[in-house]
Amino acid sequence: MTTLSALFEKLAQSKKNQIILFVAYVVLTGAGLFLLPDSTIAFLLLLFSILILYYLNVNLRAKWITGIVILAAIVPFIASHSDSYQTYMEVGTLVGIYCAMALGLNIVVGFAGLLDLGFIAFFAVGAYSYAIFASGQASKFMPFGHYPLPGDTFWLFIIVGAIVAAIFGILLGVPVLRVRGDYLAIVTLGFGEIIRILLNNMDHPINITNGSMGIASIAPPNFFGISIGSSSQFYYIAFGIFLVVIYVVRKLENSKLGRSWKAVRDNEIAAQAMGIPLVKTKLAAFAIGASFSGMMGVIFAAKQMFVDATSFTYLESTMVLVMVILGGMGSVPGVILGAAVVIILRTQVLTNISNWLSTMSSNYGISIPPALSPEKMQLLIFGLLLIIFALYRTQGLIPHKNRKVDVELLKKESAEAARAREKATSGGAKS
Amino acid sequence: MNILEVKNLTKQFGGLTATSNINMNVEKNSITAVIGPNGAGKTTFFNMITAVYKPTSGDILLNGKSLIGLKPHQVSHFGITRTFQNIRLFNDMTVLENVMVGMHQNLKAHWVGTLLQLPHIRKMEEAAKVDAYDILKYVGLEDYVNENAGNLAYGAQRRLEIGRAMAAKPKILLLDEPAAGMNPKETERLTNLIYDLRSKLNVTIILIEHDMKLVMKISDFIYVLDHGELIASGKPDEIRNNTRVIEAYLGKGAVAND
Repeated sequence: MTTLSALFEKLAQSKKNQIILFVAYVVLTGAGLFLLPDSTIAFLLLLFSILILYYLNVNLRAKWITGIVILAAIVPFIASHSDSYQTYMEVGTLVGIYCAMALGLNIVVGFAGLLDLGFIAFFAVGAYSYAIFASGQASKFMPFGHYPLPGDTFWLFIIVGAIVAAIFGILLGVPVLRVRGDYLAIVTLGFGEIIRILLNNMDHPINITNGSMGIASIAPPNFFGISIGSSSQFYYIAFGIFLVVIYVVRKLENSKLGRSWKAVRDNEIAAQAMGIPLVKTKLAAFAIGASFSGMMGVIFAAKQMFVDATSFTYLESTMVLVMVILGGMGSVPGVILGAAVVIILRTQVLTNISNWLSTMSSNYGISIPPALSPEKMQLLIFGLLLIIFALYRTQGLIPHKNRKVDVELLKKESAEAARAREKATSGGAKS
Repeated sequence: MNILEVKNLTKQFGGLTATSNINMNVEKNSITAVIGPNGAGKTTFFNMITAVYKPTSGDILLNGKSLIGLKPHQVSHFGITRTFQNIRLFNDMTVLENVMVGMHQNLKAHWVGTLLQLPHIRKMEEAAKVDAYDILKYVGLEDYVNENAGNLAYGAQRRLEIGRAMAAKPKILLLDEPAAGMNPKETERLTNLIYDLRSKLNVTIILIEHDMKLVMKISDFIYVLDHGELIASGKPDEIRNNTRVIEAYLGKGAVAND
């Protein structure tokens, strides 16, 4: 036991050993996936390297580059040898989509402290804005233009989706931000449902959303003449936008706006007394958070090639909220991990356990009623997870940490500034 | 010259009159104290000046301009900042960030510029950090830069609140019971800080305080409230011997028996 902890200590101190071990891990799990291409466990172990990377003691830039190389090159390359290639990439795409959404919700809930239970509405708005115009649907109510718009417009629609969702965020925010706390949660929940029901019923008197029939045959995106249809291609789109979203979130978090959000979250009255406009700051959180969701909605619509209101239920809103709470409110790496864990649990782990159980029952005659399969008990499992976290780890998987400043540097700069001031005043006196 | 004029300020909560017909003139660069027993309406008075409450009637003039109808953050932009009786820090932010939030109204950083990483915005952020550090040195918190504000000791939290308010570069600083819960040593440190604020930064200070020793020592002028009414005003010596003030604090019998 003591030797083991001594070993870990030694590891933690030596940068070189850490890097060697990390590379060994990636090679090992990569080889594992290569040799056992259909093993979900090997795939997950390879993905787990990203989490290890996060805790490595190397500089930030190296981490980012390694992470991007692993996710954009190594994982897709190794997975492409597998029969389940598209399934793996589908999972990857979903993780990308939900990570971006969770990061958006994290701005609203984690940074600005506004509990939003209808967040999926913005995802729906983004999805429908592409679906309507990239299918024949728009010709049913638009007096001009030719529809469906070609797949080349997809790239433009990513921005359009973001803007439309942001506008909806502001429209929701203006009336809703008068109420606080629990009341805000209830009103946003209502808003989420209103949007869903509206989408479900806007087929008359003018047919805008095609009602409960949904919108089918949405044009696939077009990239310089290549039609994008497979999950492995969408993976890169989702990954690219996910990177943009992380960049935006990380820059905003430690900016004037980010500090304003946190100030409003921590104490509204004091924030106002320090000159922070309450409504404007909250609206910015709603709008920016919603825009991430809107962008991912566009990708979702293009990927599924079909949208209807059933994809945007209250349950989906809760799922995104679960990702944020599970990962750690306000913590960017935490929320990403939370989203990945929830999606992988939903799409991989639970289905695999269910499959395993059903083979068990057919092979050994142990009968497990289908109603009890883990896949069907998702809600129960997530509910239990939340309760466990609420009791034992309220701050989530990776708790939020404030960025520390380099005090020595500040000291130096402060001394320099003081000298400069002194020089200026004494120089002024002489002249 | 009067920087702040308060005219017939009245606030009623339903049938309850919290303050009635308060008149006050605050001279520029002075230290003015507002004293009175608990429930006299002192904090209500502060809340009206900072637009947390809207007065029922009356007017508040800053350099001749009315502040009535403004939002709290707008009042702050006009140059009035405050600290709170029950400390209101941003507990989950670092000490440095707290001070930086105080600076926000003087930072012109649009979020689009932040995303584009425009050089002047980065430079401004860096300069703001250095300024914030200087303020922390000024209030004696330079050893706690990266600490969460909520983890600070009580006296340190009070000083951080003052530092945060200073960062906004106010014309008028309202201090709501700054010495509450402080030991004599901390109070002395605070006294020097308040003097310093006035002389170095040209701030006009209005404070609510129960520590009479402190009030008598630093105030140029004192207003006494009781049951929402102004019962006396004057220089510390005049207030010390005012029978109505002694009555309000010690009860009616106290003066007669004396």
